[in-house]
Amino acid sequence: MTASLRVLVWPSVPPGRFVLRGARPSVSAESRMVESYNTSQFKKGLKVQLDGQPGIVLESEFRKPGKGQAVYTLRIKNLLTGNVLVKSYRNGDKIDAADVHDTDLQYLYNDSTLWHFMDPDTFEQYEVPKEALGDAWKYLIDGTKVDATFWNGQVIVITPPAHVVLEVTFCEPGARGNTSAGVTKPATTETGAEFKVPIFIDNGDLIKVDTRTGEYVERASSK
Amino acid sequence: MLRSTREFFAQRDVLEVETPALSRGVVVETHLDPMVVVDESRGDGRDYAFLQTSPEACMKRLVASGSGPVYQLCRVFRAGESGRFHNPEFTMLEWYRPGFDLEQLMDEVGDLLATLLPDLAPTSRRRTTSYRQLFVEHAGLDPFACGVEECIDRCAELGIEPPAGLDRDEVDAYLDLILSLHLQAGLGADGPLFLIDFPPDQAALAQVREDAAGTPVAARFEVFLRGVELANGYLELLDADEQRQRFAAANERRVADGRMRLPPDEYLLAALGAGLPSCAGVAVGFDRIALLRRGADHLDELMAFPWNRM
Repeated sequence: MTASLRVLVWPSVPPGRFVLRGARPSVSAESRMVESYNTSQFKKGLKVQLDGQPGIVLESEFRKPGKGQAVYTLRIKNLLTGNVLVKSYRNGDKIDAADVHDTDLQYLYNDSTLWHFMDPDTFEQYEVPKEALGDAWKYLIDGTKVDATFWNGQVIVITPPAHVVLEVTFCEPGARGNTSAGVTKPATTETGAEFKVPIFIDNGDLIKVDTRTGEYVERASSK
Repeated sequence: MLRSTREFFAQRDVLEVETPALSRGVVVETHLDPMVVVDESRGDGRDYAFLQTSPEACMKRLVASGSGPVYQLCRVFRAGESGRFHNPEFTMLEWYRPGFDLEQLMDEVGDLLATLLPDLAPTSRRRTTSYRQLFVEHAGLDPFACGVEECIDRCAELGIEPPAGLDRDEVDAYLDLILSLHLQAGLGADGPLFLIDFPPDQAALAQVREDAAGTPVAARFEVFLRGVELANGYLELLDADEQRQRFAAANERRVADGRMRLPPDEYLLAALGAGLPSCAGVAVGFDRIALLRRGADHLDELMAFPWNRM
């Protein structure tokens, strides 16, 4: 560094012990283990621990009256329950970081209580109870690649790809050639989940489903 | 906007000035953290200065030396302030009017806003309310009479969960919280709202005087438009001893809060001691005016180089 002027953030640095804090970029929070975040690190997407449960920051806002005290508000979604709450913090407050990370896993099979997944890189296997899957079980067939969120080594969220292709295993016969929109019937798929499909769909057809809405998208020709 | 602003002041015979951004002493405020610049030429890292949080000190020194009315458009720096309506480096428009009272200065601020934001801030939609009236009517709390317990109860009723570490002795901390989280978003929805008569504890560099009911109030105003705080004006404190005491009190609160004690600007105190003419001054957040003019939601939308990309 050749410049003789360095700009520092004052409150954290007493005189005589100046530490350079400029010269970013810093290491991203995901790539190292941190124990807590202070208010200056608050941002959307942080994985935090609140009352012993993992959460993700949906929104971070800084407010400060010109001459008054600053307040930070975080909207935090509990990753276990899905509940969202708002917490406020003062300048310099800390929030515990949660040991939460995402990994790609491959779905293997289920025994109707436990769903089994494998890390394709390490071949390590994980079992996830059905309750922890939410609706994800509806979209999993042998080999489906999913995004798994781990907390303290346990899988807490399974996110399937945005679209999956499933085979229809049972539906009432429909009027062949009727492709009119808006008329639907229920169809059971190979995962056991039922979807509303247009009446021209037959047993053995492949259908593309949006996993975020749970809705039929189109008839597919191949998986 | 810059051109309109300069024309506005040229027509009113207010002189444009430039003053240094770096200084060795500061205007000490409880909740303002300056950035520190280290001069390493001496090699021991102990020669440092502060970037201005506003150009107030130097501009008052000019006024004290007889400059007459002055304005400045300049960059100011506030550590740790980053968010939707905050960027640690931003543009301040500040001006001082010897001989003006607060009402005259508020009129002038209103005229400037009407010039820069003709659609949002026409003169006809200007309103004034007192700090007390605002809290009594919209938060059910008398800010001049309430205790901390009452503030805590009101927060609970308003659905505000105070931060865990909030100082339980400071009513002001709760008032700030209620203003920030409950009241501010609704201020100035239709046109500029001038908030006046602040609690004396929030006087900073303003005079304290009595309102119509005989209650001591800080002779200050803040301007809000569409929930955004745009300006902060004072009937300037002229008493050097009083100012020195306020700096010391602010430093005590800073230390109690675990933050740095800051060196007061002795040149400013000397100027006050030598005699600052009676004057009113105001600081306007220029970027926020641009934000409202653009209809933006976040300063990042209009700053080419916001702090998170520097």
